Amino acid sequence: MIEFLSQHSKLIDQVGINALLALSLSISLRAGSLALAQAAFMGIAAYVSSVGAVRLGWNLMAAALLGALAAALVAAVLALPIGKLRGVFLAIATIGFGEIARIVEINWPITGGAEGFSGIPNDASTIWIYATLTVVGVALYLFGRSKLGLAVSATREDENAARGVGIDVAAVRMGTLIAGAIVAGLAGALYAHSNFFITPGDFGFGRMEQILVMCVIGGVTSSAGAILGALLMTVLPELVRFLHDYREVSSGAILLGIILFAPSGIAGLWQRRT
Amino acid sequence: MLIQQLANGLFLGAVYALFAIGYTLIFGVLDILNLAHAAIFMLAAFVALSLVGAGLPLVLAFALALVFAGFLGVLLDRVAFAPLRRRNAGTLVPLISSIGAAIIMQGVARGIWGPDEHRFPSSALSTSEIHLGGVTVGALDLLILAIALAMMGVLSYVLRSTPLGRAIRAVAADRVAAAILGVDIERTIALTFFIASALGGAAGILIGLQYNSVSLEMGSRIELKGLAIIILGGMGSVTGAVIGAFILGAVETLSIAYISSSYRDAIAFGVMFLILVLRPTGLLGKRALRAA
Amino acid sequence: MSLERRGDHLVVERVSVRYGGVLALDAVSLDVPSATVVGLIGPNGAGKTTLINAVTGVVRPVSGAITLGAVRLNRLPQYRVARAGVARTYQNIRLFAALTVAENVRAGAYARPGVLTDNALRALLDRAMVHDHDLQRRAGTLPYGEQRRLEIARALASDPHILLLDEPAAGMNPRETGELRALIRAVAESGTGILLVEHDMSLVTAVCDHVLVLNFGEAIAQGSPAQVARDPAVIEAYLGTAAESSSA
Repeated sequence: MIEFLSQHSKLIDQVGINALLALSLSISLRAGSLALAQAAFMGIAAYVSSVGAVRLGWNLMAAALLGALAAALVAAVLALPIGKLRGVFLAIATIGFGEIARIVEINWPITGGAEGFSGIPNDASTIWIYATLTVVGVALYLFGRSKLGLAVSATREDENAARGVGIDVAAVRMGTLIAGAIVAGLAGALYAHSNFFITPGDFGFGRMEQILVMCVIGGVTSSAGAILGALLMTVLPELVRFLHDYREVSSGAILLGIILFAPSGIAGLWQRRT
Repeated sequence: MLIQQLANGLFLGAVYALFAIGYTLIFGVLDILNLAHAAIFMLAAFVALSLVGAGLPLVLAFALALVFAGFLGVLLDRVAFAPLRRRNAGTLVPLISSIGAAIIMQGVARGIWGPDEHRFPSSALSTSEIHLGGVTVGALDLLILAIALAMMGVLSYVLRSTPLGRAIRAVAADRVAAAILGVDIERTIALTFFIASALGGAAGILIGLQYNSVSLEMGSRIELKGLAIIILGGMGSVTGAVIGAFILGAVETLSIAYISSSYRDAIAFGVMFLILVLRPTGLLGKRALRAA
Repeated sequence: MSLERRGDHLVVERVSVRYGGVLALDAVSLDVPSATVVGLIGPNGAGKTTLINAVTGVVRPVSGAITLGAVRLNRLPQYRVARAGVARTYQNIRLFAALTVAENVRAGAYARPGVLTDNALRALLDRAMVHDHDLQRRAGTLPYGEQRRLEIARALASDPHILLLDEPAAGMNPRETGELRALIRAVAESGTGILLVEHDMSLVTAVCDHVLVLNFGEAIAQGSPAQVARDPAVIEAYLGTAAESSSA
């Protein structure tokens, strides 16, 4: 067992980080916002924490918290102009924001440009990653059962009816964006500190698609679903090694299958049984 | 010099336009953002490449690959979108379905052609140049421009003056009313996908020829730019997509020449973001912002 | 639920609402005192739902004032109007369909401090005459009449000063309408003021203390249900609809 864990420790770390990313998107999706900015928030925090660790000597915890804070601040600013957008338009605007963030990262001298930023201390151990995941998971679970959690669900179901019962929908949408940014930020810092090296391309639309796929497959509005989706999609490429270059087809086929036959994702399937 | 840059921008804009038209046609008719459009764009280029490699003349390869792209689009609709229409799934679910289809197509392409960049055999391409009053253009570029403009012209004619075109516009305006008026909705949608995907495929082949490069990444590079173009032009408006594409083509080539190229792409996305926030209908979009 | 509710007085003063070039409401005035049921009737398109939308903040009047007690409502965003004590139901049911019965009612109580106990929840369901007490049932799976009553339970959960009911009897059979009649009178007696938009004239006559009639955005008659039913302007506006409904 121990052997298995140490052989696959990189994969296990990846699962943990992806689970955090999927959770971060699920927060916005639970409010009904297709705000596809998590990869960008991940990147912002990754760079802030890396530059801070390398140039200013921050330790892991400080670097991660400050990175997440930076992401949260950007989210707060972003929430204002996109406040009125819904659906596809919101998705596109946040994708656009993600591209702008990536381009800034390529061009800002302090980030090392397109070649990436290296020399990041490799101090984000598996323990750190899963401790963070546990804290975030428990926090989201408790939140989901609280009054605020109900406000989020109501906003997703019917914004106008939600306003009609006194819910400040704009605040809910901004709050979920910021909360998602914090979680994605933590994931970004942990990602940076478990690889020596990050590039702007790590945090672009490709990553955002991956996160969205994980959430949808696991089940869009459930924390357990997000984690399940992350687990499945992270280990899947290893399981289908035998497909070689055709590996991606399995991911796409699963996503399509879920959308067509089980739109509430794996978590939804589980709920239907019990 | 400025005119030279504008000429280059014209060629780029023409191909962007072909791609963007397909994107916006599908959105106009179905309210779906089809993220598999870029994958068809890429696959058509690869298919044309293989056909040329097998010895077919370029013109024939182009035509066959176009038809392939069209049918692939129809298949895409049958598998990924039509079942969702039947169960009234809204507009965000098909978006995700299109991502699934795109991933499958990427996987197949990677499996068949591998991850490396491919080039057209040099015998297929002409490198001759023409000089027109101080401006130098490649014969290939002119051909590409001509083909692109011809296709846009045909599309315009179809949309304006044929029963199919009227059907497409009717379904785009109001699907229920169109059905009441006797339009065969499913057939119209299938034909829209054929046309849109064929145009997107044509764009892929032409860009592949223009830069003499066909790779797995070409789809993702243009996909997001296509988004910016159709937002600028107004989602659902074909004319808007064309105008937006030429504007983007001009801005891109001019900014390489006169401003640093590194922030070039940021301009497109910055403009797109501003438009979404200030005037979501874009330049010519006929749809008001709809709450999903 | 406290039975000593003393609701605040809703005053709508010469309110006009414009949609594009059309004047959907033209200087309409209306009072809804506490413990009173005021009926709002008129042909389709007369502006009844527009008036409710103006009170709840969905649309902003171009002129006039809407006050609830000391609070000026017509400048407030929707959610603040709700928090001031205005609750409503909708012409087309707007429940949180994928959420459970319990979650819908709890959402209604969002603006109240604290959390509703299960017992308080059941009491609200009883008050709204929701028969099915399965709290975990998804609201969208309830039969139509139950959904309408659940919407009322959700509205009552906030212990509102004013309750706006938009065609609550639509699609109900006579037995259900009778229950609705009792429910409305009970809620009014507990101190809440009620504005009832309805087409069912027998219901209006049975529960309303006062009726306002709208046509083309204008108030054309006011008074007791009996007075209004006899008013020639009203009869003309309905052109025979009054004769149909009175046999319902």
